[in-house]
Amino acid sequence: MKLKVLSAPYLVWMVIFIVVPLLMVAYFAFTNESGGFTMENISNVGQYANIFVRSIWLSVIATLICLLIAYPVAFTLSRMEKHKQGTMMMLVMLPMWMNFLLRTYAWMTLLGNNGIINNILGFFGLGPFKLINTSGAVVLGMVYNYLPFMILPLYSVMEKIDKSVLEAAQDLGCSSRSTLFRVIIPLSLPGITSGITMVFVPAISTFIISRMLGGGSNLLIGDLIEMQFLGNSYNPNLGAAISLVLMVIILVIMTIMNQFSPDDQVLI
Amino acid sequence: MKKLGKIYMAAVLMFLYVPIFVLIVFSFNESKSRSVFSGFTLDWYEKLFRNDIIISSLINTIIIAVIASIVSTILGTLAAIGINNMRKVPKALVMNVTNMPIINPEIVTGVSLMLLFVFFAARMNLEFGFVTLLIAHITFDVPYVILNIMPKFKQLDPHLYEAAQDLGCSPFKAFRKVVLPEIMPGVISGFLMAFTYSLDDFVISYFTSGSTSQTLPITIYSMTRRKVSPEINALSTLIFLVVVIILIVKNIIENKQAKRNASFRRN
Repeated sequence: MKLKVLSAPYLVWMVIFIVVPLLMVAYFAFTNESGGFTMENISNVGQYANIFVRSIWLSVIATLICLLIAYPVAFTLSRMEKHKQGTMMMLVMLPMWMNFLLRTYAWMTLLGNNGIINNILGFFGLGPFKLINTSGAVVLGMVYNYLPFMILPLYSVMEKIDKSVLEAAQDLGCSSRSTLFRVIIPLSLPGITSGITMVFVPAISTFIISRMLGGGSNLLIGDLIEMQFLGNSYNPNLGAAISLVLMVIILVIMTIMNQFSPDDQVLI
Repeated sequence: MKKLGKIYMAAVLMFLYVPIFVLIVFSFNESKSRSVFSGFTLDWYEKLFRNDIIISSLINTIIIAVIASIVSTILGTLAAIGINNMRKVPKALVMNVTNMPIINPEIVTGVSLMLLFVFFAARMNLEFGFVTLLIAHITFDVPYVILNIMPKFKQLDPHLYEAAQDLGCSPFKAFRKVVLPEIMPGVISGFLMAFTYSLDDFVISYFTSGSTSQTLPITIYSMTRRKVSPEINALSTLIFLVVVIILIVKNIIENKQAKRNASFRRN
């Protein structure tokens, strides 16, 4: 019996529901309503350059903040006693099991103009501050939602760094600073790169966080795409073109990230 | 230094949990206010259970997640066995395409499927709803099943399968007795992953659902669009509770297994 045959049903499924839809995105991006070839959609994407710049900017900031917060967390976790590590990891990952809409909604409650944070600040005679519907709130939402995505890959590489390696570095005269920069960071590089992609990709393509926490004034690429398919400005051709550009941006970033990570690391 | 680490961990955990606990506390709040706690009540829970839209979308979500994860586990297990027996180049090609829905932003997967369904809807008798949702869920579930099973083949000695046949097993029996038990942990974790992703998915469902068949995340989304709806707080509390219970049970089972394995080794 040829075992290869077993994959036939999936291969058919894959072609119809993965390959063809992506080809359709490309087809729509390069055609007009009547189906003729056009470059107009792609060139129209240029009009939204400011939204693209904002999306890239906010998601880069969110990714960096995640990295800065997550790195010490992952390191501290990896140096704990083994039985504590499991429990702590579960605590860190538990919020991820709640739907991200609920997690984002929680911040709507906290940041609102009559929300709890403003209420507490008001108690001390401060504010009220405009916290919600700002780009800062969008970044906060991204960091909150995707932080565990950064902690997990960092932790899984750092857990494998042997304690004796760090001790050896110190025995050989490394200060704790140079142990960090010359031993720990190089060894955890694969975790850093996969953490960055795991945060950056959902952050740059989100449309929920910007809608719930950013108000109408902080549109991101995701909002733009959503508007072309389900919103008021129905235009699947333009939507497909924007999606295509988004895919190219992500591809470029992932290629750059791949340059930094050692040979056989798969970015997932 | 150690103390600093503890304080830091506590601060990060606070950041992760305070928003959730605020939701939980306010699910018992008498007034609709989101910042002032005026008194204890269970009204919102009662309203939640009387809310037909929420209940029906919850049932719908579970039905879709169950069917999608079962179908994708079967499809994915067969696929993984086949892919494992492919030659290098076709194998790499298929795996690259399989990775696409995982690497691609969800919104792109969502709109690409929507374009396909719009195309079918215009030409055949296909409506956006249960069927399109189910197809979309199976599509993004299968890659996770395959990715969970493939590493198991690397640990499996291919000669075992041949040896079983040499010793008189039919190919099917050899597969069932030798290969299947070895890849089973991957199949199960793939199934569980597919199931949870299906339960949790919003973005892809949002683009492929239409108005007749809603999932719970879509209902939650439309609730958050309204100004204040404390029922969401009650719903969050219940979901949080379920998650905590599941994780605790999972931990207990894993600990028991680890202990049993340890005692096996000692004997």
